[in-house]
Amino acid sequence: MTRQMTGAQMVIQALKDQGVDVVFGYPGGAVLPIYDEIFQQNDIRHILVRHEQGATHAAEGYARSTGKPGVVLVTSGPGATNAVTGMTDALMDSIPMIVLTGQVPTFMIGTDAFQEADTVGITRPCSKHNWLVKDTDKLAETIHQAFHVATSGRPGPVLVDIPKDVQFATGTYNAPRKANLGHYQPQVKGDIAAITAMVEAIEQAERPIFYTGGGVINSGTGACQLLRELVDGTGFPITSTLMGLGAYPASGKNWLGMLGMHGTYEANLAMHGCDLMINIGARFDDRITGRIEDFSPNSKKIHIDIDASSINKVIQVDLPILGDVGHVLEDVLKIWKSRGRKTKSDAIAKWWGQVNEWQAVKCLTYENSDKVIKPQYALQRLQALTEGMDRYITTEVGQHQMWAAQFLGFEDPHRWMTSGGLGTMGYGLPASVGVQIAHPDSLVINVAGEASWLMNMQEMGTAAQYRLPVKQFIMNNERLGMVRQWQELLHGERYSHTWSEALPDFVKLAEAFGGKGIRCSDPADLDDAIREMIAYDGPVVFDCRIEKHENCFPMIPSGKPHNEMLMGNDSTEGVIQSGGAVLV
Amino acid sequence: MSALSLKKGASRKSAYDLKNPLGDLVETHTIAILVDNEAGVLARVIGLFAGRGYNIESLTVAEVDHTGHLSRITIVTTGTPAVIEQIKAQVGRIVPVHEVHDLTVQGPSVERELAMLKVSGKGVDRVEAMRLADIFRASVVDTTLESFVFEITGTPDKIDAFVDLMRPLGLTEIARTGVAAMLRGA
Repeated sequence: MTRQMTGAQMVIQALKDQGVDVVFGYPGGAVLPIYDEIFQQNDIRHILVRHEQGATHAAEGYARSTGKPGVVLVTSGPGATNAVTGMTDALMDSIPMIVLTGQVPTFMIGTDAFQEADTVGITRPCSKHNWLVKDTDKLAETIHQAFHVATSGRPGPVLVDIPKDVQFATGTYNAPRKANLGHYQPQVKGDIAAITAMVEAIEQAERPIFYTGGGVINSGTGACQLLRELVDGTGFPITSTLMGLGAYPASGKNWLGMLGMHGTYEANLAMHGCDLMINIGARFDDRITGRIEDFSPNSKKIHIDIDASSINKVIQVDLPILGDVGHVLEDVLKIWKSRGRKTKSDAIAKWWGQVNEWQAVKCLTYENSDKVIKPQYALQRLQALTEGMDRYITTEVGQHQMWAAQFLGFEDPHRWMTSGGLGTMGYGLPASVGVQIAHPDSLVINVAGEASWLMNMQEMGTAAQYRLPVKQFIMNNERLGMVRQWQELLHGERYSHTWSEALPDFVKLAEAFGGKGIRCSDPADLDDAIREMIAYDGPVVFDCRIEKHENCFPMIPSGKPHNEMLMGNDSTEGVIQSGGAVLV
Repeated sequence: MSALSLKKGASRKSAYDLKNPLGDLVETHTIAILVDNEAGVLARVIGLFAGRGYNIESLTVAEVDHTGHLSRITIVTTGTPAVIEQIKAQVGRIVPVHEVHDLTVQGPSVERELAMLKVSGKGVDRVEAMRLADIFRASVVDTTLESFVFEITGTPDKIDAFVDLMRPLGLTEIARTGVAAMLRGA
């Protein structure tokens, strides 16, 4: 289908043809023609955020909870620069996102015009790819290419910068199937010889472990099913990164919990002691590896990844498999089954004996209190009272995020939205807005810290406007808890600027935004308060007053290997040496 | 010590005191990259090098296929074998990049660079400059009574040697293109 229309009309038509139902945006001078077209149609719903960063995180929440790309529409200059944090976040966590920005008219580019910024220049390192469209005839094709690039291979954010005169001018519209998508076609099928070698390694392994990441979830629910089949079929233990939680169910019998800096004792020691590590869609992040030289010293390492640059970047592996997780696992299962589903079951049973000993340490044990709410207790109760519900969790960044990963269980993919790679405080509230837009009837909870939450609290206005019943579960310790913990361990307990002074009254704040406020500080009242939060049909800010000085354990200190974990406060004296102190 | 004294194992050591894990075994590689000739493509490639801390020893770029809108970027870079592999993988995932060739690995290859040198002087120095240029098979592309502009083509080493010889003879200006390279054979 080719027909003539204005650039602004093309934007809307292209979004419709790409199956977009929601756009998160904020208007401004350079996108007025597009907003005029939005006004005159009903197919695409526009969600007005309160800050462009909120639009990007909402789009991320939408994308992570649906598997579809998130779409953002903002104006030139500050609109675009405000989107940079969310784009960087999406780049680090491989989230498909299309950002459409207005730009000053082509004849004014380079003149320091009002609200002009070099948007493609600024966003070049924080996007997977970006385009400045100077010709209306190329606009539709560029938007189709943008969707292709954002969603193919390793997903990521892309940006299309559209000058205002290009939006007004008339040109030829090309439908997606007619668009030239260019040569960008990442390889999805893995090399069969390498996959066969992986099956042989599975058959011979005595102390194996699956180490899975966000790549499994990005590959889709089918890939998660294949993973479950492989894990249950082989009987190997499985751990996951923060980004990969939910790919294998937390209630599954082979689940060891999350690994890494605040991962479980059993997951980290199993990684350290294994003889076969199968990395599926994870990237050996520094939160995972600890000290590189001592990372899993005696294991053969297999790495399945769709991004060639992730392989051998940090850890040299023995067997790289380039391809999409779902495609590769399908072939692995096929070959493993055709060869008779073999594993060294006696050795695996012995390995489980060792793993069970580590599990018996019960590394997530904490000292509870009947006077003050412990953060771990708050999350255990939240988990117990929402179990089995149609539930989505977002988080901010910090201690609460790690406790949420430790104490909440995820049975399915796309249920857990958190800022992993970039660690963006202020992610959770707008992300919960995006999730609730995608799943209007589900329970959406943002597990937050009070400091992170304040960074994008303006999005409560968005929640109120669209009557989104998002639950803001703020674990309020009046501290930047994670930074405070590091100052305690690393900087001689000098708590430089890590307490939250002059905090707002969160109950009144909720009411000021048209929502409900709940405060709870007594462990005995907690269950009723959580039930009240869940039952309320509207946005809730839950001010959960928790213990102020609780530290998050277990912890692998910076610069230490997996087998040197801190299990509690009593073991922290002098733990981080100078080499580790310079690391983050 | 004052209240600022450090406790619990922390020290004043800076990050720069850490042993550089990429320390030894630095190699030089010539990498040829075929890209779509579109706005900003060179910025994407060199921005990647700058952002990830890779070296650029030399860089040349020009369109090589007018109808296909393809340009060839030739980069000479240095790094450990692991870093060189990362560079190729990182460059390879830039969307408008079609092909990445490590000519040093896929070699043998031929490398050529063009340079122009302005040498000013009179008398014996001028005669000596002309004589050396002849030995290096440099040609004179401009001359006045007090200056020559030499054009020389060759490997970077050969050009370095010629530049060193011209320096005491009145070398006033140098322009070099950077390396263009190609695999030998069919």
